[in-house]
Amino acid sequence: MTDTPLAQIRNFSIIAHIDHGKSTLADRLIQTTGALSDREMTNQVLDNMELERERGITIKAQTVRLSYRAKDGLTYVLNLMDTPGHVDFAYEVSRSLAACEGSLLVVDASQGVEAQTLANVYQAIDANHEIVPVLNKIDLPAADVPKVKQQIEDVIGLDTSDAVEISAKTGLNIEGVLEALVTRLPPPTGDADAPLKALLVDSWYDPYLGVIILVRVKDGRLRRGQKIRMMAQGSVHTVEQVGVFAPKLTPVDDLGPGEMGYITAAIKTVADCNVGDTLTEDRHPASEPLPGFKPSVPVVWCGLYPVDADDFEKLRDSLGKLRLNDASFHYEAETSAALGFGFRCGFLGLLHLEIIQERLSREFDLDLIATAPSVVYRLHKTNGEMMELHNPADMPDGSVIDRIEEPWIKATILVPDDYLGSVLTLCSERRGQQVDLTYVGNRAMAVYRLPLNEVVFDFYDRLKSVSRGYASFDYTMDGYADGDLVRISILVNHEPVDALSFIAHRAAADNRGRAICAKLKDLIPRQLFKIAIQAAIGGRVIARETIGALSKDVTAKCYGGDISRKRKLLEKQKEGKKRMRQFGRVEIPQSAFLAALKMDA
Amino acid sequence: MDPIALYIHWPFCLAKCPYCDFNSHVRDAIPQARFARALRRELAWEAARIGRRRLTSIFFGGGTPSLMAPETVAALIDDATTLFAADPAMEVTLEANPTSVERGRFAAYRAAGVNRVSIGVQSLDDADLRRLGRQHDAAAAIAALEAGRAIFPRLSFDLIYARPGQTPSAWAAELDRALALAADHLSLYQLTIEPGTAFEAEARGGRLVLPAGDAAAALYTATGEAAARHGLAAYEVSNYARPGSESRHNLTYWRYGDYLGIGPGAHGRMRRDDGAIHAVRRHRAPEPWATLVETQGHGTREDAPLPPDDAAREALLMGLRLAEGIDTAAFAARTGVAFADATDPAMLRAAAEEGYLDCDPAAGRVRATDEGRLRLDALLAAIAR
Repeated sequence: MTDTPLAQIRNFSIIAHIDHGKSTLADRLIQTTGALSDREMTNQVLDNMELERERGITIKAQTVRLSYRAKDGLTYVLNLMDTPGHVDFAYEVSRSLAACEGSLLVVDASQGVEAQTLANVYQAIDANHEIVPVLNKIDLPAADVPKVKQQIEDVIGLDTSDAVEISAKTGLNIEGVLEALVTRLPPPTGDADAPLKALLVDSWYDPYLGVIILVRVKDGRLRRGQKIRMMAQGSVHTVEQVGVFAPKLTPVDDLGPGEMGYITAAIKTVADCNVGDTLTEDRHPASEPLPGFKPSVPVVWCGLYPVDADDFEKLRDSLGKLRLNDASFHYEAETSAALGFGFRCGFLGLLHLEIIQERLSREFDLDLIATAPSVVYRLHKTNGEMMELHNPADMPDGSVIDRIEEPWIKATILVPDDYLGSVLTLCSERRGQQVDLTYVGNRAMAVYRLPLNEVVFDFYDRLKSVSRGYASFDYTMDGYADGDLVRISILVNHEPVDALSFIAHRAAADNRGRAICAKLKDLIPRQLFKIAIQAAIGGRVIARETIGALSKDVTAKCYGGDISRKRKLLEKQKEGKKRMRQFGRVEIPQSAFLAALKMDA
Repeated sequence: MDPIALYIHWPFCLAKCPYCDFNSHVRDAIPQARFARALRRELAWEAARIGRRRLTSIFFGGGTPSLMAPETVAALIDDATTLFAADPAMEVTLEANPTSVERGRFAAYRAAGVNRVSIGVQSLDDADLRRLGRQHDAAAAIAALEAGRAIFPRLSFDLIYARPGQTPSAWAAELDRALALAADHLSLYQLTIEPGTAFEAEARGGRLVLPAGDAAAALYTATGEAAARHGLAAYEVSNYARPGSESRHNLTYWRYGDYLGIGPGAHGRMRRDDGAIHAVRRHRAPEPWATLVETQGHGTREDAPLPPDDAAREALLMGLRLAEGIDTAAFAARTGVAFADATDPAMLRAAAEEGYLDCDPAAGRVRATDEGRLRLDALLAAIAR
């Protein structure tokens, strides 16, 4: 079944900014080649998850095998690898790209190049891809093909004289895309007789089949019943099923060089399948694995707590189920004096965090509260030890700290000229260092180094608001550097509230401390005793607010008949206090902390 | 055995006031004879159980007890003084509305043995009286007060303040007029939205907004100060009296003494033969209550010993309403729980430091200060165990 000659295989991925039409184009390709009947077509076939479809983003890599009879009379196998488009999944993207020989660069002819397009296209260039520019949405009145072509040439340096001009929505010139794939992309190379070498591109959990592994065969053949070894992981499995995505899972006897497909091998969790690992035959192993495999490392952490304490076990189960399918996310139980029992969770980035949070609430119906996201700091102690810190509450006493390093990113921001001033101000407020500032048509492209810490704290929202939504933003991790960082504790009646402490640059500490104190003042109801709210660095108070005692709270009438009702009310009040956190004389309802954190997010 | 106070509930009104959540009912024709018989029968049934204890007060409440036939009032007072040992200084209070019809019966009530009248004036402003759903105007109220003062040895009346739209200066002026009319006792209630009332529906719909927070506190404080200028001391959260003219009956509630409740929905606290304080409650709906009395002699729905901790909470929440506070020795003797065990010592200390409580261990007395009583509900929640 898969004895297609290498010369008649093309493996490609599609690179595009959100909403530039990647998924629509994929749908058209599937439709035009007849892989699915019209009845089977749902919009955006490849984005399986409800969340993916809704947000127009791809979270897991997906693939589909198309069969296309080209103008030269030959029938080609076109394997489309749909990759996650977001930087949070940069490593997955690079592995997906490594499985292909070329890419379609889809650019919206009415919008032009965006920050995310750039990040991904550079990755494709790094992977030695042949890149075919595709201008989409040329049917729109706002489309300006010559201008966008010029942009692509100026910014990316790609020749656009052969760019394919299409409208994925109307189906205009889809044939042109298919022909370009056949004529312009190189076929894969490989040796069917060499020992098996297959790249583990991605894996996911299926409730019926167990873990499904997406593979790209480089050399040799992958067969049912074969004993395979994961070269980095070292584990051995027997292949139970081999198949291709047509786009439904379709079993085949084997997969030859250049092919993409899937295997199942009675693997229980995706945590056992490392993206980038090399599969080889256990008895005739390859001498060298394919290049590159690194475990994914969370860069953003936050605490997740159930709003209803009774949901803790349900949260644990749900996190476990999500991890079955997403090994890149980490969680460990933690307790907070203010919020009760919850989990400290690590994510690949902010989008990843948001996606997991949203899936928990949607797919598992959990009402959650997240603490402010924290990056991973490197604490160098005076005794020479280095510790990684991802929860500000765990920060040791200042006297044992020699210096703190924080992660930096390299951010690319594309913004219309009108808003450039505000964007540059925002970047410098956030301790940004300008690396480059160029123009792409009437838009500016600013490249900044920024501390990640400054980005996790409402940067997106601010960027959106100062650019009225016209800025596009992307980033890559860019190493660690020393920072003048302090931990700000929030104290209620002189006792710290663990869930609210955070780490910030010394220069921003006062403002942020004042902001959170003011917020809490509005959120905490008045009580019998006045409440002092303070923000402090170590023993030094940097901001304070006082909530006055409540002015009147007494039942006007209370006679013989009211007494049972009044007692029950009192008992209910005492019961309610169990859900509160005692700070000296006052009890703060957990809901106030939850609200403070919600407003922070 | 301890003395008792007797409460008799008359559940009928001419109309339901929009702020009222009391057990009151409107009927086309009030079944006077039937309810007179039932009240007397339930009283006799309870008296047979609890024995001939000393009786310090009778209180006719409602509903509108001034709708009762004076003969019924007379019969009940006679029964009570026969069945129990009437204290020579026994206080007999009847709540009355100031309509002309009811005013006309004052003399007959006095003849029946009522020696204190409590008149539901509520306001001296005609527009506000209509807003409060009252059946009388200010002139009728003043006429009733004058008649009451002439007929009864003791007189009290109620006012409701912090009414919708009422300004502090308007209330001060109205209160001054009222204090000039006052005899020995006043009940001044800040308007409260009670669940299930017409006002609650209005408040939910945003059509009724009451002063809250600092504004409510200022009104309360000004009320107490004005009363004090006229020689009436705030001896309870909402009750003001010349020294010696406090409501003896209501003091029994606040001091957590024994009281017997007769009539639909009436509550009682009564030490029974088993030595425990019982919480007693009658069937709330008038006619079913009467049917129960007719078939079994009483309309009791609940009569259960209170766990000592519950009794202690009740004694605490009632006692701190009084300016005199709680006698800790009496508290322990009454409830079986030491005051120190009923409260959280750290919170007591904190409340005392804040000026909310006066704790005088030597005198064996704990009292809420004016500031403490202003926030009593929160204070109780803080100090109660």
